[in-house]
Amino acid sequence: MTAAPRRIASAATLAVAALVALPILSVAWTALSAGLGPQWVHLWATVLPDYVINTLLLSVWVSLGVAVIGVSTAWLVTMCRFPGSALLRWALVLPLALPAYVVAFLYTDLLEYAGPVQAALRDAFEWRTRRDYWFPEIRSLGGAAFVMSMAFYPYVFLLARSAFLEQSHDAWEVSRTLGDSPLRAFRRLALPLAWPSVVVGIALAVMETVSDYGVVSFFSVPTLTNGLFNVWLVMGDRAAGAQIALLLLLFVMALVMVERRARARRAYFALSTRSRSAAPVTLRGWQAAAALAVCAVPVLLGFVWPVWRLAGLAVGYDGAAGPDFAAVVARSLGLAGAAAALTLVVGLGLAYAARLGLSRPARFAARIASFGYALPGAVLAIGVMIPFGAFDRVVGGTLRDQWGITTGLLLSGTVFALLSAYLVRFLTLSHGTLEAGLQRIRPSLDMAARTLGRGPAATLGRIHLPLLRGALVTAGLLVFVDVLKELPATLVLRPFDFETLATSVYTLASDERYGEAAAPALVLTLAGLIPAVLLSGLLGRRAGAAEPS
Amino acid sequence: MSAALDFIDVRHGYDRQIVLDGLSLHVPAGRVTCLLGPSGCGKTTLLRIAAGLERPWSGRVLLGGREVDGDGVHLPPEQRGIGFVFQDFALFPHLDVLGNVAFGIRSGHRADRQARARALLERLGIGDKADVHPHLLSGGQQQRVALARAMAPDPAVLLLDEPFSGLDTVLRRGVYEDLRNLLGQTGVTAVVVTHDPVEAMILGDSIVLMNQGRIEQQGAPEALYRRPENPFVMRFLGEANTLPAHRDGSDAVTPLGRYPAPAGDGPLCAMVRPERIAVSPAGGLTARVRASVFLGRAVRLHLDLDGLLLTAEVPADRLYGDGETVSVAVDPADLHLFPA
Amino acid sequence: MIHGRILKLAAMAAVGVAISLPAMAAGEVNVYSYRQPELIKPLFDAFTNQTGVKVNMVYAQAGLLERLKAEGANSPADMVLSSDMSRLLEVQEAGLAASVTSPALTANIPAQYRDPAGHWYGLTMRARVVYASKERVPAGKVVSYLDLARPEWKGRICTRPGDHPYNLGLIAGLIHRHGADKTRAWLLGVKANLAQKPQGNDRSQVKGINEGLCDVSLGNTYYMGRMLADPKEKAWADSVYLVFPDQKAGGTHVNVSGANVLKAAPNPANALKLLEFLSGAEAQKIYAEVNSEYPVKPGVPASAVVAGWGAFEADTASLAEIAGLQGEALRLVNETRFNDGP
Repeated sequence: MTAAPRRIASAATLAVAALVALPILSVAWTALSAGLGPQWVHLWATVLPDYVINTLLLSVWVSLGVAVIGVSTAWLVTMCRFPGSALLRWALVLPLALPAYVVAFLYTDLLEYAGPVQAALRDAFEWRTRRDYWFPEIRSLGGAAFVMSMAFYPYVFLLARSAFLEQSHDAWEVSRTLGDSPLRAFRRLALPLAWPSVVVGIALAVMETVSDYGVVSFFSVPTLTNGLFNVWLVMGDRAAGAQIALLLLLFVMALVMVERRARARRAYFALSTRSRSAAPVTLRGWQAAAALAVCAVPVLLGFVWPVWRLAGLAVGYDGAAGPDFAAVVARSLGLAGAAAALTLVVGLGLAYAARLGLSRPARFAARIASFGYALPGAVLAIGVMIPFGAFDRVVGGTLRDQWGITTGLLLSGTVFALLSAYLVRFLTLSHGTLEAGLQRIRPSLDMAARTLGRGPAATLGRIHLPLLRGALVTAGLLVFVDVLKELPATLVLRPFDFETLATSVYTLASDERYGEAAAPALVLTLAGLIPAVLLSGLLGRRAGAAEPS
Repeated sequence: MSAALDFIDVRHGYDRQIVLDGLSLHVPAGRVTCLLGPSGCGKTTLLRIAAGLERPWSGRVLLGGREVDGDGVHLPPEQRGIGFVFQDFALFPHLDVLGNVAFGIRSGHRADRQARARALLERLGIGDKADVHPHLLSGGQQQRVALARAMAPDPAVLLLDEPFSGLDTVLRRGVYEDLRNLLGQTGVTAVVVTHDPVEAMILGDSIVLMNQGRIEQQGAPEALYRRPENPFVMRFLGEANTLPAHRDGSDAVTPLGRYPAPAGDGPLCAMVRPERIAVSPAGGLTARVRASVFLGRAVRLHLDLDGLLLTAEVPADRLYGDGETVSVAVDPADLHLFPA
Repeated sequence: MIHGRILKLAAMAAVGVAISLPAMAAGEVNVYSYRQPELIKPLFDAFTNQTGVKVNMVYAQAGLLERLKAEGANSPADMVLSSDMSRLLEVQEAGLAASVTSPALTANIPAQYRDPAGHWYGLTMRARVVYASKERVPAGKVVSYLDLARPEWKGRICTRPGDHPYNLGLIAGLIHRHGADKTRAWLLGVKANLAQKPQGNDRSQVKGINEGLCDVSLGNTYYMGRMLADPKEKAWADSVYLVFPDQKAGGTHVNVSGANVLKAAPNPANALKLLEFLSGAEAQKIYAEVNSEYPVKPGVPASAVVAGWGAFEADTASLAEIAGLQGEALRLVNETRFNDGP
C-alpha cells in the first residue's frame, strides 16, 4: 500500500477504535471523577460484596453447567452413533435461539409455588402450604444458573464439537494402540486437545452471564449487573453506579484475557495437516439409551418444552394481538438488519485493515471491541448516552448561539445512538467471524490477484467477498439475532414510541403477562432458529469437506 | 514482450532483521534466470520485491528500464505488468479453471478474453479442464493452471516462486522440461526461485546463486558447476570432497598430488567432485575401497586414501570388492583450490 | 464490484434506519414515561382526540433521568410521567423541571399533591395496603404495618423486593413516622416472617396468597382493581381483601403518580395542555375507571370497585419529606439484607 491511502486507512481504523472505546471510557471517567463518596462505603459495607459473590458464584455454576453439558453432548454426537444422534447433532444448538429471559419466565411460570408443578404436588400429597414441603426456589441463584446453563451451553457445544471434529483420528488411534480405553483416550487426549476451545466457549457463556440483566432481575439475583441497574438507573446514584460498572469492567477484562489466551492456545493445538476424522462408534443397548438421554435432555429442557409452552401460551391468549404487533416485528427486523449491515461493514473493514498490513491499529480496535461484547447492555447504554449527549450539547449549543438554529438532539435518543450501541456490543462477533474467514484465505491469493492487475479494492470484491460469503452470512445472522434479543441497551436508548420484540417481551413478562408476551417471544425464537440451524449446518459441512489446496 | 529487470543496491528485511544487504543484479530480457540458494538466503524476498509485493527499505528496481521502486517511488503490483506463479499456486477456489486463467486478462470482450484463456490452456495441454474447479485437479494440472493464469495477461516478466515444490518428485522430472520448452517458446523474461540446483540447471539460462542476502556467483549453469568461485558454490551445486592442502612455493600440495596454487599466501583447501575422480585398477596413487554402493548408472565408492576418506562415483562397468586396492587420479581442471 | 456491495450494505442500513424511525408530526408533545404504556395509552388517545396534538412516548422502567441529564438542553422531552413521588423529586432536584402554573392546574390539583412552585404535579393517588387472605386471615388481625413484624406472621408474608421504589416509599414513610431504628427493627421482623425470598411484583404476591404460599402481602391498591378486571386473575383477587393499615395511627401510606414539565421542553405549550388535560375531569375519570387509581381532582369519584373498599385515612405527612427519606430507606433495606429473604 502506498503511503497516503495507508494513512487514511490507519486513521479510519483508529476512529473505529475510538468510537468503540468511547462508551467504556466515559463510564470509567464518570466512575473515577465521582470519587469514593459515603455511598460507596455503604455499598461495600452492605450489598457490594453480595453483588461480587453472586456474580462469581453464578459464573462458576454456569461454567460448570455449560462445560459438562456442552462437552459431553459434543463428544457423544461427534464420536458415537446412536438412535437420534444425527438429529441431535443439530438440535443441540437450538437453545441458542431462545433469549435467556424468555426461558426464565417460562420456568418461573412452571416451577413457582403457584405454578402447575407445585400445585400438582400439593394436590397429590395433600400438602396445604409452603411450610408443608420443600421445593427448590426457581427465582434464585441456582435457578438462574440452571436457566443460563440451558441457554448458553450451545457455545461450548459448538466449539467443542468443532474441536473434536478437527482432531486427527490418527492421534486417537495411536492413543488406543498404546493401550488407552476410549474413556481414557478421551481424558488423556481428546479433552486436553479440545480444552482451549472449551475454555473459549465457557468464556463466551460467562460473558453472557455477567452481562445478563433479564434473568437476574426477573429472579431477583443481586449480581453486579443487576445492582448496577438498580443503583444507577433506579436509584439514580450515578457515582456509585459508575463505580459498580468499573468493577464489572475489571471482571470483564479478566474474562477477555482468559478467552484470548485460550484462543491463542487453540490455534497452537490446531493440526496443520488434515487427516481423516474419526470413524464414529456405534452404540447399542443401554449405552445407546444413556447417550440418547444425555443429549436429549438439554434439547428438551432448553428448547422443546419452552417452545411448546410458548406456543401454548400464544394460542391460549385470547386477547387481541396488539394492533402494533406487525409494526413491532417490522421495526425489530429493520433495526436488526441495519445493525447487522453496519457491524458487517465495520467488522470487515477492521479485518481487512489487518490483512493490508495495518495490524497494529486494527488489533487495537479489535481488542477494544471484544470488551464491548462483554459489556452489560446497561453500562453500554449509559456509556453511549454520556458522550453523545455531550456532543449534542456542544454542537447544538454552538449552532444555537452562533446562528440561532435549534437542532434538538443530533445523536442521542435516535436510532443512530441505538445502532452505535449495537455496533460497540456486537462488532467483535462480526469481526471475529470475518477475521477467521479471511485467515482461511491464503495470502498468496491476494498477491496472485494483485500481480494479475487488480488493486486492493478489486481484490476484496473479486476474491475475498465471494470466498467470505459463508462467513458474511454467519456473522450477519449472529449479529441480527443478538440485536433482536438485546434488551437493556434498547430499553434505555430507544427513541419515542419505539417498541421492539425484545422490549415488549420483557416488559410484558416482567409484569407476568405471559400470555401476551408469548407471541413476540415466539417470533424472536423463530428468528433465532435460522442462525442456530445454520451454524450447526456449517459445522457439519466443515466436517466433510476441506478447503482445496 | 519481455523486459529486463534490474536491482540496484537493494536493502530489505523483516522486523529489523536484514535479509537483502545492498544487492545489485541484472536480469537480462528474454532469458530464464534462476535464483538459487538455501532457504532464508533472500531469493524469495527478491522475487517479491520484483513483483511489488514488498517495498524495499532502500535501493532501486527497474523494470524494462523504468523505475518501479526507488526514492519515493513504489509501483503497486497490479500496475507492474508482471506474472507471478506462487509456491502453493494460489488458485482461486471459487472460480473454475477458465475463470482463474481469464482473471488477469483486462483487454477485449468477455468472449475474447475467454478465447485467449482457452487457447493458453490448450497450449499447456489442459484444455479439457477449463470448466473444472481447482480442487479437483492434480498437482501437475494445478501448476499448469497457475502458469497459464500468470502468462495470460502477457506479462513483461514472469516470476516463479518454487514452482515445483507443490509436486512430488516423480512428477517433477517431466514437468521441468515442459516448462523449460514453454518458457523458451514464449521468450518471456523469467525469474525462477528454487533451492534445488538440478532444477536450476535444467531451467536456467543462467543461475544466480545467493547466500545470506548476497550473490555468491552468477553465470551459466555449467560455469557455476565447473568453475565455482568459492567452496559454498562448489558444495551447493553438487557433492564435493574436501581435502587439506598447503602451499609449497607456487604449488599446492594435496593428498592427490601437487597442483598449481592460486595467487596469494593464505591457507588453502582443495575440493573435488566425486565423479571427477578417475579410478583405475592400479598404479599411481593407491586407495583402498572401504565400501561400494551400486546405484544403477554408477557405482559409488568410499575410498581410504592414507587414512583420508574420499567419495568417488564411477561408471558401473564393473563392481568393486571391499578392501580392493585401486588407483585414483584427478585432472588439474577438476581440482578446485580455495583459500581456507 | 466491491463498491457495489458496500453500497448495497449501506443502503440496507439506511432502509433499516428509515423504517425504524417513528414519524414526527408537527403538533406534538414528547413524554418520557416511567409508567407502563398500557396504563396511559388510553389517556393519550383521549388527549389527541380532543386537541389533535400527537403524543410521542419513550417508556422505561429506569434510566430516563440519566437520559435527560445526558441530553441536557437538547432533550426532545417535554414531560416526564412518573409512578411515584421520589421520581418526581429526582427530576426537580436535577434541575430539569420547569416551574409551571396555571389556574386550571391549581384548581384541579389540591395543594398537598403539587409543588408550590409547580415543578411537579401529582395526578393520581394510591395507597400501599395489606392484601390478606379471606380464608386464613380473620378481619382485624392486621391493623398496622407494624403488626407484620410480629412473630405470629412467621412464614406468612409475601412481598416484592425491598429496594423497589414502592416498598422504599413505604419504608421511608415509616422512617418519617417512627424513626430509623424502629423501622430497621420492623424490617428485620418482616424479613423473618417472609414466606419466600422477595420477588415478583405486587400482583404475583396475591397469586401466592391464592395458592396458599402466604397469607398476607404488601401491594398498591390499583393492582386489586386490575386483577378483578382480568378474567384469569379475578380468582386471585377474590381470595383476598384489602386492609388499610394505621387508620388510627397516622394513616395509610400513600403515594402519587405525577408529572414534571421539563425546562428544555421544545413544546412547552403542548406540555402544559397535556398536564392540564391529565388533571382534568375526563382524564381523572379514566385514571379512576381504567386504572383503579384515586383521582386527585376533587369531585371526581373513585370507581365503584375502588369506592367499595371504603374510605380511608391517608398519611398526611408531606409526600416530599417522605420521598426525601428514600435514600435512608434503601440503606436500611441493604443493611438488614431484606432481599435475602427469611
